[in-house]
Amino acid sequence: MVIDQQKMQSLSDRLVQDEVKGRSPWADARKRFWRNKAAMFGLTILVLVALFALVGGRFAVWSNEELDFSVMGQVAQMGQPSLENGHYFGTDNLGRDLYARVVQGTQISLMVGIVGAAIAVIVGALYGATAGYVGGRTDQLMMRTVDILMSIPYMFVLILLLVMFGRSMSMLFLGIGLISWLDMSRIVRGQTLSLKNREFIEAARATGVSSFRIILRHIVPNLLGVVAVYATLLVPLMILTESFISFLGLGVQEPLTSWGALISEGAGTMNYGTLWQLAFPLFFFVITLFGFFFVGDGLRDALDPKER
Amino acid sequence: MFAFILRRLAVAIPTLLLLIVFSFVLMHLAPGGPFTGERALPPAVLANLERQYGLNDPLWLQIWNYLYNIVVHFDFGPSFVYPDRTVNQLIAAGFPVTLTYGALSFLAAVIFGVSLGVVAAIWHNSWVDYLAVGISIGAQVLPNFVMAPLLVLVFTLWYRLLPGGGWSFNDPSFWIMPVIALATSYMASIARITRSSMLEVLGSNHIRTARAKGMPEHRVIIRHALKPAMLPVISYLGPVFVSMITGSVVIDIYFSTGGIGKAFVDSALNRDYAVMMGVTILIGTLTILFNLLVDVLYAWIDPKIRY
Amino acid sequence: MALLTLTDLSVRFQTNDAEVRAVNNVNLTVEQGETLGIVGESGSGKSQLSFAIMGLLARNGRATGSVTFDGQEILNAPKKVLNSIRAEKIAMIFQDPMTSLNPYMRVADQMAEVLVLHKGLSKRDAVTEAVRMLDAVKIPDAKGRVRLYPHEFSGGMRQRVMIAMALLCRPKLLIADEPTTALDVTVQAQIMQLLSDLQRDFGMAMMLITHDLGVVAGACERVAVMYGGRIRETGPVRPIFAEPTLPYTQGLLDAIPRVDQNDEELRAIPGQPPNMSRPPSGCAFQPRCPYARDVCARIDPPLETFASGRARACHAPVAEVLARQMTRHPDTDQTAAHPGALPGQAIPHGAVAGAGAAGTPSTTEGQ
Repeated sequence: MVIDQQKMQSLSDRLVQDEVKGRSPWADARKRFWRNKAAMFGLTILVLVALFALVGGRFAVWSNEELDFSVMGQVAQMGQPSLENGHYFGTDNLGRDLYARVVQGTQISLMVGIVGAAIAVIVGALYGATAGYVGGRTDQLMMRTVDILMSIPYMFVLILLLVMFGRSMSMLFLGIGLISWLDMSRIVRGQTLSLKNREFIEAARATGVSSFRIILRHIVPNLLGVVAVYATLLVPLMILTESFISFLGLGVQEPLTSWGALISEGAGTMNYGTLWQLAFPLFFFVITLFGFFFVGDGLRDALDPKER
Repeated sequence: MFAFILRRLAVAIPTLLLLIVFSFVLMHLAPGGPFTGERALPPAVLANLERQYGLNDPLWLQIWNYLYNIVVHFDFGPSFVYPDRTVNQLIAAGFPVTLTYGALSFLAAVIFGVSLGVVAAIWHNSWVDYLAVGISIGAQVLPNFVMAPLLVLVFTLWYRLLPGGGWSFNDPSFWIMPVIALATSYMASIARITRSSMLEVLGSNHIRTARAKGMPEHRVIIRHALKPAMLPVISYLGPVFVSMITGSVVIDIYFSTGGIGKAFVDSALNRDYAVMMGVTILIGTLTILFNLLVDVLYAWIDPKIRY
Repeated sequence: MALLTLTDLSVRFQTNDAEVRAVNNVNLTVEQGETLGIVGESGSGKSQLSFAIMGLLARNGRATGSVTFDGQEILNAPKKVLNSIRAEKIAMIFQDPMTSLNPYMRVADQMAEVLVLHKGLSKRDAVTEAVRMLDAVKIPDAKGRVRLYPHEFSGGMRQRVMIAMALLCRPKLLIADEPTTALDVTVQAQIMQLLSDLQRDFGMAMMLITHDLGVVAGACERVAVMYGGRIRETGPVRPIFAEPTLPYTQGLLDAIPRVDQNDEELRAIPGQPPNMSRPPSGCAFQPRCPYARDVCARIDPPLETFASGRARACHAPVAEVLARQMTRHPDTDQTAAHPGALPGQAIPHGAVAGAGAAGTPSTTEGQ
């Protein structure tokens, strides 16, 4: 559930070493990654889930908002998954087509996960790179701030924000992204610190390149390995966070939906015998998380091979 | 050690004050908040608020009053929704419940997670190891809000073994599912961290020395390997604590256990900002104190840490 | 009967990619009270050899052959048997004292547990004994410092603690795996001096594993040169240093930087040590050997005795190797530079790397 910071540290150290030795970690890593069965399995799952989210809607017979009056009121008997009436995944309690709802939930959950992770990674990387590169008192101040922010119970603050400023999607993106950049910034800062006195940075500085450009052009590309691994592992955490909030009914609002909201609905109605309402969203949720974890771990192991 | 704790407190207290001020200001900024007058509050509530904060005073004075009441009287003020309840009463009703199953979950996650991880590392690449890795990978995708319905499905709806919700301090059968639902994914993470750090320690030079001293393997593990292997686990306990408190919200909602999570979500849905802030601040305090405890524990185990 | 006898000892490691043949069919003996030096580059298998003797191989390692100690077979012996021999009969000290001591335990506890375990002493007596041993390895204020943690000692002091811990049960054999590699040059000399003093006082045998020929020259009576997991040359120290009959040994001796010769550059051995996951079919040194001939690429030469107490594994005739040696280091040059040295002796007394020079005064390094 939480990214193993020790392994990230080891990866970061390894990449710095590679950089110093002028070795590109990517060629070997690619080979190792393609040979990693779990990672390939994960990648396949992710591609399939992404396809489902992108083109799954075309195969839906019902829209996600339409109510099927023929099953309403007797969902447990009539609303089962069936190919005949076009409800491949059955219907929900109001008679809406679950297939269309799951497609929509998948789109939204993936989007929240990816955008949230992107925000976290960009903010964290820039913040950490700046702190590490500038160094001195600025660095002290910036990292002390991170320390302080780390000890705040974020989920509560996020919910507080969502309640106070309305439960909009953009608020959700921003809020989720902004609670996860702290670890990222620490790792990036560490790596920047160990890179910044290397010759190629000195050379850039000597030729009068501005600090901002050095960070953008030289430091950030070198952080790519850590960032790639971190981002892949962060997406499922973002999806988890969003699902958590939506499960509580505080996240995505009707008529939009997400895995968390669908799981919540399914969990609320399962004692009426409509188990498919829980099973389908849960299935997509679980395989996607597996997919991201496998790919993320595979990437990390490819870049930082060790006998484990 | 004492100076170390003092120094950590010196950071912790401003953090906490910052959190309080931040939430209070948020409350003022919130559209439709109690102070902007967009929403009509019941007269009794307004009277309470007036008495507590002095709504016509300048903002800084209101903040000061709020801070003062929390720090000196541990008083979070009146609820915005229930005229006859204070935040303290609402929290006091739920806190013992949360504490009970929270502490049990925490202990379960640590004890089972560490044991599983240690066993897996000792019998590396054996079936025990594969089982442990399998469990911990599987449990990664079973967060509390997935575990809770699954447990109810199996143990309540199918087998009718356990009550599907509610709470009783006297009947542990009410505790079982909340504890399992909350602990599973953290147990898995702890097992994974323990396993990889134990493997690392078991391959380290000082363990080779201990073996060269002719110590039986179990003593090598207990006396020499366990302590260093626990260090990454200990630094992970802080995040576990926070996530568990967060997860308790799901438990309180799904199992109707009546802990503070329930108060929090209700207040979120009712826009009862006073309760939300009260809970957030209380949890922030607990988090900061717990992190302090973790730091002390870490420093106690690792002699290289200077206080 | 020899104290320790290795017969056809081989060590294999199973890795993801391949099987690594770290040690191949090693035969060796260590006599009571003797000091045997084992020399080789990193990766030559010398450390794995010592781990195999102690049963300390990594999980994926397997040792075959036979190791007898005092007539008792100890290779792959049950844990119980091994644990009764480790520390009590054979003790070991390691390369990196920084990480080889447990950083989370007080020195007192780490040392005392050996005696509590093997001698059944009470904790209090064990600590008293530990302090006595710390005194013996010349740690100042041992009584006060026994309560400290390893990180509160300097590198040299830590190695002294390691040594003291190894000697607590008065073992008959001490295996020292690169005991001075991680230390400063000045400290190296003190540690080597200490080791040879203690060896004499305790009357134990020592197996000194090192890549530093200077250390061997100063401390050992007999030496075995390892390359590619095999022993390639063995014999008494003096003749081997004076007349290395193996091209590899010759290369090693040449590679020592010497202040007494105005060489323009260091004479390194060209090439790389062999990759032991794909061992060459012939002599492992052949690609780097200036004496290489056709047969070398096909047949790995066996270790053959050619003079009393001396053996070598090489296809090139002894005379040919020695002839080249003479032209490189004329005797006159040597004796002129070192009036006290034996004729033809190539022991690098003047070598910068020769930290083992026995004449170093045994002062303790400052704290």
